[in-house]
Amino acid sequence: MPNRTWADDLKTNDEGRKSIPEGLWIRCPACASILFRRSVENNLWVCPECQHHFRVSAEQRIEQLVDPGSFEPMNAAMASVDPLGFVDLKPYTKRIEDAQRKTRQSDGVQTGRAFIKGRKVVLACMDFTFLGGSMGSVIGEKITRAIEAAADHDLPLVVISASGGARMMESGYSLMQMAKTSAALARFDDMGGLFISVLTDPTTGGVTASFAMLGDVILAERKALIGFAGPRVIEQTIRQELPDGFQRAEFLLEHGFVDRVVHRSDLRSEIGSIIDYTGK
Amino acid sequence: MAATETYTGTYVLPFEQPAVELEKQIEALESSEQASEYEEELSSLQRNRDSLLDKLYQQMTPWDTVRVARHPARPQTSDYIRMLCRDFRELHGDRHFGDDPSIITGLGRIGSHKVMVVGHQKGKTTPEKVACHFGCAHPEGYRKALLKMKLAEKYNLPIVTFIDTPGAYPGVKAEERGQAEAIATNLREMSRLETPIISCVIGEGGSGGALGIGVGDRTAMLEYAWYSVISPEGCAAILWKQSNEETNQLAASALALTAKENLANGLVDHVVQEPRGAAHRNPNEAATALERWITDQLSDLLRFKPQTLVQRRYEKLRRIGRLQEHGPI
Repeated sequence: MPNRTWADDLKTNDEGRKSIPEGLWIRCPACASILFRRSVENNLWVCPECQHHFRVSAEQRIEQLVDPGSFEPMNAAMASVDPLGFVDLKPYTKRIEDAQRKTRQSDGVQTGRAFIKGRKVVLACMDFTFLGGSMGSVIGEKITRAIEAAADHDLPLVVISASGGARMMESGYSLMQMAKTSAALARFDDMGGLFISVLTDPTTGGVTASFAMLGDVILAERKALIGFAGPRVIEQTIRQELPDGFQRAEFLLEHGFVDRVVHRSDLRSEIGSIIDYTGK
Repeated sequence: MAATETYTGTYVLPFEQPAVELEKQIEALESSEQASEYEEELSSLQRNRDSLLDKLYQQMTPWDTVRVARHPARPQTSDYIRMLCRDFRELHGDRHFGDDPSIITGLGRIGSHKVMVVGHQKGKTTPEKVACHFGCAHPEGYRKALLKMKLAEKYNLPIVTFIDTPGAYPGVKAEERGQAEAIATNLREMSRLETPIISCVIGEGGSGGALGIGVGDRTAMLEYAWYSVISPEGCAAILWKQSNEETNQLAASALALTAKENLANGLVDHVVQEPRGAAHRNPNEAATALERWITDQLSDLLRFKPQTLVQRRYEKLRRIGRLQEHGPI
């Protein structure tokens, strides 16, 4: 699905649709093949025909990534408040409640300790299905605590990003989470910590412009949309259609902003291998 | 001269219209040959104008504030440098790609202090505005800023930044050259620079593009500046599905973007008072107030060891956020 922003996700939320359709059969949005749902699920939500990577929730991601049963969540109950009493077409409090009901998660990131191929790590997985993975105080705080936990126990930090950017409804508080997470990473870096940043579809805005781009090693899932400004904002600015592949993982690789583009099925071994090389 | 200069620019904000009418009358009277015969009328008009401006600026909406922050006659970084820096030596270029004129960097003296100045520049003339992309910096601008800030750290010079941008430039070249990486790197590096950093939002504080030169020990906003995660128009377009006069008003109010609100929310440390009728009416007075705040902060911060500054800077950022530890799920 090209050119989606998390605002589109808000729209789909409003209409009550899910990012992955229910049912026995699903259609691949990239190659239009009709696929047996179970076969896609068993293939890490990758289309067996064209290798399109479907978006996955934090829960699914953790299940795919960590050694079975090894995930120990941290701060799982932390939830957003509405510091500004923000109301647009819907009150922010209602948006939070709806997202919590839909995702059965308290907010847009899950953090915890886990093993990946036998290596102990601190892991954070963002969830695009929760208000477009937008970063407010909770995501900023949970990421920061994850960084601090990695620092305290000298563990590798792995963050899987999926976000439309900063959460508008917390305005300045959201903006400052960019500085907070980046400052925590400076300290982690000072003490020699290893941060593997994994960019998945989509990673844009304030998340890209803070912790996501600060990995010691940056991996990106194939064809993931990664950028600062959303494609439609850029189209409006330049009044031209954007070239194919613009802001995709491969484009960032070509321009020198990610280390490796990885297939989802290789993610575990990629992370494991990098940890081994660094001796962390 | 009266406490408030007569604003003779051609650009009039809607909410200021009544005061501008009075200002025109005052100007006409002042320039008439019989001005000396109308001294009493003149001072009465000036008093009316002053109280009207006070009233209008008290009643203004957050959206009005955004428009004041964008006023074409509002002083920009280059103006403040001219008004409060002595012996300014601009330093150009990021040593990798080029020189982005939408961020000015250079050495200067403010009061008795030698400092590195870094600030967004929107441009005054049309060609300058185009070259500066109206204050929207490219990655090379953020990289230039960081390079000069590291130079400042090396020679123990404090850093003073002036924030005035609608946001970082959203374009193809900016993405190709790593806009997100450039801003992210600045956030991380500014948090650990071992020299005092003080910032002031002098006009627009648009999102990551503003923060990219805004992480530091002390942050102020000029009274009629705005600072937020997104512009009201951007927010309106997304959350209200369209940007127009009405939704921009609503978004500006919802975003808590004024200096007063940012101060109340603990997101900035200080509000620098602007002259009656805002900085575009009296740039010198605005510069004087800004200079006083800057020199006070510099004197204060220079008491600390650099490592202590970095520690305190982190602790300050670390506290920001509002949440509940145990939500409903």
